[in-house]
Amino acid sequence: MTSSPAAAAPTPKAKRPLIELRDIEKYYGDYYALRKITTDIREGEFFSLLGPSGCGKTTLLRCIAGFEELSGGNLLIDGKDMEGVSANHRPTNMVFQSYAIFPHLTVEENVGFGLRREKATKEDKARRVAEALEMVGLKGYGKRAAHALSGGQRQRVALARALILKPKVLLLDEPLSALDKKMREQMQSELRKLQRQVGITFILVTHDQEEALIMSDRIAVMFDGVIAQLDSPERLYRRPVSRKVAEFIGIMNFLPATVTGTEGGQIQLEVAGLGAIAIDAEQCPGAVKTGEASVGFRPETMTVLFEGDPEPTRGKIAGGEVEEVVYFGDMSYYDVKLDGVEKPVQISMRNVVGRPVLGRGARIRIAWEAGALVLFC
Amino acid sequence: MKSKGNGFRIYAILYLGFLYAPIVLLPIFAFNNSTVISFPLVGFTTQWFQALVTDTSLLLAVRHSLIVAVSVSILATTFGVFAARATTRYKFPGKGGLMGMIMLPLVLPDIIIAVALLGAITNILGMKLSLITVIFGHTLIATPFTIAILNSAFQSLDRSLEEAAYDLGETKISTFRLIILPLVMPGIISAMLIAFTISLDEYIIAAFLSGTEATLPVYIFSQFRFPQRVPVIMALGTILVCLSIVLLTVAEYFRRRGIAKAGGKSSGGFL
Amino acid sequence: MTKRKFLGSEAANGLLMLSPTAIYSIVVMAAPLIAVLLFSFMTPGYLKVIWTPTLDNYAKVLSDPIYQVLLGRSLVMAATVTAVTVLTAFPIAYFISFIVSPEKKSLWLFLITIPFWTSYLIRVFLWKVILGYNGVINEAFMGLGIIHQPMTFLLYNMNSVVLTLAHSYAPFAILPIFVALEKIDRSLLEAGQDLGESRIMTFIRVTLPLAMSGVVASVLIVFIPTVGDYVTPTLVGGSSGQMIANVIQLQYFKLGNYPVGSAVSIAAMGVVTVISVIFVFANRRFMRGPQ
Repeated sequence: MTSSPAAAAPTPKAKRPLIELRDIEKYYGDYYALRKITTDIREGEFFSLLGPSGCGKTTLLRCIAGFEELSGGNLLIDGKDMEGVSANHRPTNMVFQSYAIFPHLTVEENVGFGLRREKATKEDKARRVAEALEMVGLKGYGKRAAHALSGGQRQRVALARALILKPKVLLLDEPLSALDKKMREQMQSELRKLQRQVGITFILVTHDQEEALIMSDRIAVMFDGVIAQLDSPERLYRRPVSRKVAEFIGIMNFLPATVTGTEGGQIQLEVAGLGAIAIDAEQCPGAVKTGEASVGFRPETMTVLFEGDPEPTRGKIAGGEVEEVVYFGDMSYYDVKLDGVEKPVQISMRNVVGRPVLGRGARIRIAWEAGALVLFC
Repeated sequence: MKSKGNGFRIYAILYLGFLYAPIVLLPIFAFNNSTVISFPLVGFTTQWFQALVTDTSLLLAVRHSLIVAVSVSILATTFGVFAARATTRYKFPGKGGLMGMIMLPLVLPDIIIAVALLGAITNILGMKLSLITVIFGHTLIATPFTIAILNSAFQSLDRSLEEAAYDLGETKISTFRLIILPLVMPGIISAMLIAFTISLDEYIIAAFLSGTEATLPVYIFSQFRFPQRVPVIMALGTILVCLSIVLLTVAEYFRRRGIAKAGGKSSGGFL
Repeated sequence: MTKRKFLGSEAANGLLMLSPTAIYSIVVMAAPLIAVLLFSFMTPGYLKVIWTPTLDNYAKVLSDPIYQVLLGRSLVMAATVTAVTVLTAFPIAYFISFIVSPEKKSLWLFLITIPFWTSYLIRVFLWKVILGYNGVINEAFMGLGIIHQPMTFLLYNMNSVVLTLAHSYAPFAILPIFVALEKIDRSLLEAGQDLGESRIMTFIRVTLPLAMSGVVASVLIVFIPTVGDYVTPTLVGGSSGQMIANVIQLQYFKLGNYPVGSAVSIAAMGVVTVISVIFVFANRRFMRGPQ
């Protein structure tokens, strides 16, 4: 074994870029929807574009599909420049937000719509349609009228219709937003399974951070036409590069801090309420600067200590007062005023037996670890 | 609550009575065995209907009206499809103004359209008045109605349907043929029937522009001068009313089916 | 969210798509209307226009009292018809929008539009039959012994013209009001009552102002074409049935005097336009808002 990164064994699914975005720009008049986006999307991965509405994620997806012309830059799919290649000739297929099920056709006719131009026998086409329907769990629904389908079924028809053409990339434009919560959760895991099964690159557009975290291999968080961070779900959650990303994904508390120095892979800080500490350089995903900064931590990384709890072996203890309690059944969320900090922070706690829900005004002790902190300069 | 509704309901039924009074009388006099159109009724006859078939100038007028109405229904619907597609699908400068101009015949008095066309045709183009000039005028006044119907048909069309077909490998033209056309077809049929009905019934423009080729309403108007011809006109009217009701029912059926087909909800009537 | 398009500029595609209809409208309507304007400044010749500019046509129209009398009569008739039609139509629109159950609304609208589409001339003629000296109403009333002499005020006067035109334009008046009423958020009415207003005051303070855009549309869509109607007054108006449109018809059709006919048309349209603009302006506070 060697430690050289080049020797890291290539996984069977080569992580070669399938889609290459090079300085992609899109503007309408003087409004910029996309600003110089450069990134790669790998073969066989479940890739999400996540961001608030108007951030450009749908525009980027539609650029890849060929519904929007680029204002600048290059888009390569499988090594081929897509300039001048219109949507009907690209190796991509799309699942639309409204599903766009053709209302005058049956389920079968919808699914087989894209096969019209293929030279194949009728039997062959029928077989492929049946296979596609089976794949999405709609076996036997072929003869149904499209308008008689439920939301979840329409979604499945849309999937089958797009996948039957074996595209190199499947594009999904907020495909779950029209479903109710239960159905959405079910489809999330089904989609993930389906993607693994067919091995096609999926690109999902969503504004729902939870959905992106659950389903994706990698997530690109977009704001104002740029990708703010592209990472695995875990890294995105644990090491957001900016306060904006941190606030968009889950809940993060911020404490004012001052960077006093950097030394040997360590950063020295003075954090309000927590005192002087040193953290790993890795804990600052953005650039490090000395001076004013802020430190973030997730609500679940701090633990409320109860009477009789063993003292934490690692980490430290801070004191505070409960300002507000929100009871969620399995969890409680506390707004805690740490000693010496004006703004309360949120701390979550699992409600297990023997741990009463604390009332407002209760004094508490909190155990925390420097490793859970993220520094934003 | 109930009593308030009932007051309105009674009023509404009386109002319907007012609207339908002339139509209800029509068949009564059409089958009445008397040349005088008044009560009391004399007896049952079908002679007025028989007289229709032998009236050559009437049959000629019917022929003229049918030529005009069929041409108008095709032309006005074609113009309607272009305009409805343009307004529901695209944003462009001057859209409001151009659409306002196209819809203007809805409020412009027919006589103004009639004299304008008459003046332009005879004095500027130097054309002879004929059924063709009537078709010009009727297409103008029928187009706003076809646009109104087709707008709702095109509006209930989800744009991603087109994009989906395009994405699945179809061209723009085959997308129009395979997706858009089937979905708006009920609206197109409905628009054609309405345009047909409008043209068939229009008098003022036809009177000005038909020259010597009288259409049915022009013929009917000319017959009002002869009291003895009136029962025949009643018989003709009865047939026309029945025809209109059938056409409108079919048009309404297609209009609703079109909206339902495209996944929308029916609202409002023809206008 | 984002603008969508396939290829090419959206504005160009849209204009191209609209162009057949727009060009037709320009050639067959706008250009002839401009021609009418031109004619009105030219010298009359029988069935043709002599291309020598003159203001005589307007001088004639303005000086001859007959035009003013007829235009005035047409305007009064149209205003009366409009008032009667819109006032009687409003409760129907209200009934269909607020009282009829949603699934029956289409049926009611259909029932109301059907008579409108059936032969216009024959409908007008039948009103003659209903209202005439030996007409249905007189026969019925005499038969019942309510009257002994036929009523003569029913036909060949302004009453019959107003009644017949109100009948013709009923759906035109009902539908715009109906559309405006349908757009009213029902919770606004509940809010009105919740804030302590009675049903009637809620109607006056909430429903009516919100329905006014529809009423204004109804008024215009009835008033403007009615001014130009001459068939109905001719058939049922008797001696008072001469309208401004009869003069236009006479000048063009019978006398072949296009320039004078054009001048009358332009003058009449001008007056109607001014009245309409004033009317819309007077109601402008109702016209804004999310329409």
